Order: sequence, then C-alpha cells, then structure tokens
Amino acid sequence: MQRRKFNIIPVLFLLPSIALLLVFVYIPLIQNFYNSFFDFSVFSQTKTFVGLENFKNLLADKVVSVALLNNVKYAIISVVLQVGLALVLAYILEDKLFHRVAPFLRVVYFMPVMISISVVALLFGFVYNPQMGLLNSFLELIGLENLKEVWLGNPETAIYSVIAMSQWHSIGFVTLLFIVAIQKIPKELYEAADIDGAGKIRKFFSITVPQVREAIFVNTLITITGSMLVFNEPYILTNGGPGFSSTVMSVHMYQTGFVKDNMGYASTLAIIIFLLTAVLALIQIKLSRTGKDD
Amino acid sequence: MEQVIKPSVEQVIKPSRKLRKFSIGQFVTMLMLAAFAIVILYPLLWMVISSMKSYNEIFNDVWGLPSTWIVENYSLAWSKGISGYFMNSFFVTSVTIIAVLIIGSMAAFVLARYKTRWIDIALIFTIGGMMMNPQVALIPLFNILTNLDLINTHLALILTYIAYRLPLTILLLRGYFLSIPKELEESAIIDGCTEFGIYRRIYLPMSVPILLTTIVLTAFFAWNEFLFATVFIDSETLKTIPSGLMNFRDALRTDWGVLLAGMVLASLPMIALLIFLQKYLVQGLSEGSVKG
Repeated sequence: MQRRKFNIIPVLFLLPSIALLLVFVYIPLIQNFYNSFFDFSVFSQTKTFVGLENFKNLLADKVVSVALLNNVKYAIISVVLQVGLALVLAYILEDKLFHRVAPFLRVVYFMPVMISISVVALLFGFVYNPQMGLLNSFLELIGLENLKEVWLGNPETAIYSVIAMSQWHSIGFVTLLFIVAIQKIPKELYEAADIDGAGKIRKFFSITVPQVREAIFVNTLITITGSMLVFNEPYILTNGGPGFSSTVMSVHMYQTGFVKDNMGYASTLAIIIFLLTAVLALIQIKLSRTGKDD
Repeated sequence: MEQVIKPSVEQVIKPSRKLRKFSIGQFVTMLMLAAFAIVILYPLLWMVISSMKSYNEIFNDVWGLPSTWIVENYSLAWSKGISGYFMNSFFVTSVTIIAVLIIGSMAAFVLARYKTRWIDIALIFTIGGMMMNPQVALIPLFNILTNLDLINTHLALILTYIAYRLPLTILLLRGYFLSIPKELEESAIIDGCTEFGIYRRIYLPMSVPILLTTIVLTAFFAWNEFLFATVFIDSETLKTIPSGLMNFRDALRTDWGVLLAGMVLASLPMIALLIFLQKYLVQGLSEGSVKG
C-alpha cells in the first residue's frame, strides 16, 4: 500500500472532541488544583493566596471525617448488596427451577433503573415520611410499631436510609449485568458438576463465581467509585442532615463552595474526591482493553 | 406472561424432577424472590395510584385506592411547571445526543483507523477523560462558564454534558469500529471513496447497534443529570426536570397528588425509551461498564 499524502481528516475529526475535553474536563481539573491554594468566593475577581492553609483545615474539619466514613459505609453496603446479593439473585434467576418466573422477576427488579434518581429520592421522601410514610405504615400493619422511626430525621438512621434507597434503585440493574455474564458460562461446566453430584451452593462457588470473576471485579470497582462520588441521593433526601450525620464528600464540597461560599476550601475537598476515585478509574480503563494495539 | 401457562419441555419429559421442586429450600427462596419483587414494585405502584389521590386521602389512607381518581392532577402538574421542565430537558437531551453521536463517532473513527504516535496520545487523552468526574470540576467549571457568559443557559448544560459523555462514547464506538473488516474500506478506496465517505457510508451504517447504545446511555445521563442542572441553571424557566422537580416540590408544599403526577410524567420518556431499546442499554453497560 502506498503512502498517502498528508491527511487533514484525522485532525478535523479529532478537533471537536479534544477541544471540548480540554476546556470542560482537563482545564477545570488543573484549575481545581490551583484553586486549592487560594481563598476566594464565587463572584469575586480576586483570589488570596493562602498556601497550604486549606489542606491544614482539612485535618481539623470534623465534617470531613464524618463524610468520609459515610462514603465508606456507602461503599461497603453497596458492594455487599450490589455485588454479593445481586450475583446470588442472578444465579437463582438463571436456575432452571425458576425459569418460569425469571423473565417476569427480571423485568420487575430492573424497573427502578428506569426511574431518574431525583424522582426516586422524592418518592422515598414519602416512603420515609414519619407520619404517613409507607415504611412506618407497614411496620404498624405487621405489628412492629416499636420499630417505627423518624428515618431521615434521626442522625442514627439517616445515612442508612439514604443508602437503602440506593440499593433499592440499583440492585436489579447489577443483577441484570450478572445474568448477562452467567449466560456466557458454557453449560457443559454445570453438566459435569451435576454428574459429580455437586449441589447448588457448591456449583455457585466453584463454577459461577470463578467464571464471572471479571464482571465481579468490574462491578466492585464501579460500585466503590459510585459510592465515593455519590451526591444526588443524600442531597435530595436529607441535604446531609440532620446536622452533618448523613453528609458525604460531594455534598460537603457543594455546601462549602456554593452555600458557604468558601470556594478555595471546597476545591481542596474536590481534590480528595478526585484522589479517592482516580486510581479506581485508572484500573477500570486498563481493564476495558483500550490498549494501543488490540 | 404466556410462559407461566405453558409447561416447559423439561417438565414434560422428566416429571420426576417436579417432586424436588417443592423442597423447603426452594419454597423459601421463592418466597424471598416474591418479597423482594413486592419491595421493588410496591413504591412504584403506590406512586402511580397516589398521583390520582387528594392530599387528605394520601395522608389519612396511605394504602387505599382513591375514592375518586383525580386524573386532573396530571393536567395540573403539567400546567404548573412540568411542561416547561419537560421541554427544557427534551431540548437539552436531544442536542446532547446528536452532538455526542457526531463528535464522538468522528473521533472514534480516526482513533480506530489510524495508528501513529499522535493518535496514541489522542487516544489516551480522550479515554483518560473517564477518570475525571463532574464533582471535581464543578467549581472551576462554574467559573469558566461564568467567564464565557454561558452560566444560566442551556448551552452550559449541553457543552458540559457532551464533554463528560465523550470518553465513554469514544471508548464504546472505537471498540466497535475496530471490528469492522478492513477489506470493506480498501475496496471503497479503490472505488474512489473519500475518507469522509468511508466514515459516512461504511462505518456509520455498520455500527447502528452501538450507536443506539450510545443514544440510550446519553439520553439517560442527560435526562437525569442533577448536579450541573442545579448549579449552572438558576432561572426557573430554564430548569430541566431533575432540578425543576425540586422547585416543584417546594412550590406545591402539600399538593402531593400533583407532585406525584409530575414525578410520573417526568419518568415516562425514559421508561418508553428503555422499553424499546433495553437490549442496547444492557449491551453498552456490559461492555463499557459504567453506571450512574
């Protein structure tokens, strides 16, 4: 094949993407690092250089430790339920014994994914409502009045109520991803295990889990990343309250920047969020086989 | 639900297996599956039923059906603000989808077809954008958009949405483009087809499934995006559905039936889209593995 003359197409075709990514993705990131050394407010033209002051404040900020802990709780519970439970659910739904109800259940479990998280959060405002809420009414119905709770107003339960809503929203979706992965497992493996007399639990751990380990790994990564970035759910349901009991890093950053108008310190909080997720994202990119020559 | 009625082949051939079906373990499992289904389904059902109830009926009789089905809640919700949010979301989402498709596919085309050191760098640059997240860029973006005089315009949302969707889109499209046989384009070049022609007449038509995946993922993102929509848009008339709903809630106070009707209306387009294109969502997510 003979060499073509200089081709303008690659430049023209790449230019819009590169320009948009540069202006709206990369430059903001760099600017955020720069901003973290300053003290400034939203509309002021001047920034005061404060050196590492913002980073020192980070260590003294009690809300940061509460927020980080809540992010970690979010991550642990989400991994257990959205990776662990979802995989078990997928395994059960793919079992021959349930093949008649599985198509219906798959659709039902998937339904919340179709609803936007802001609608879901408003809906769960009704679920958790202390007076007429579905949850308290249900507890009353089955005679467990003493478990009734001001779910979002109690600092002990607020964050768990928010996390529970996220699980409700996402489990069915991850289950579907695992179903897709399980369907790719060669049937012969299970047939061979049947001949050996392996039970269902045995087959789950010695065939299903190893065969879908890539999906497990990727879903774990995404779930942890999502838990570190989570914003909408706590913001809409509790706005981080009562007090700071259900705040997370993103909400703390938003409030520091746009409510308290302390932009410099908010930038420093954003860096922490970036560091928490960048490594995970890097692993994910590596895994998605985007290498130079594939 | 025809499947429920038809006996399966397996059961006809091996009736002995049927006996094992009712072991305690399976019964308990079935019970748990059903309970979980109810936990998922009931709040959604409740939302639809209560959207046609009055405040008093919602408050005093949470479980009951409405004594009269107040369908007017829907027209009230529509005229009290949802229509505006709806149109704004529709506009922002459509423009974002079209731009992401065009810009993303052009970049993916070049990144799949050429191999030089510059292309490698461009590839890392574009896909690397997946590492960045909106939260981290929020404050600088606010400043940049203010300086560009774009704050409080739809363009602020459209431009940022496109930028944050491009990395994943390019990743998915490029992966698909790489599987297109080289022979096709070679014969097209011999027939005198230009580079642009190869892009338009070979690559795009052959990639319809992945383009549909991109549409679903982008639509889903743009329709539901909350953070930028809240921070970058201030005026009531420009708000999109996610941030508009929050205003709607505050404005209505106790008009719960109307609020719930608005929530149902806000959900309909994505439900419709996903019912038609569900297959492509799953495909995209199992390949690209991104949610939220």
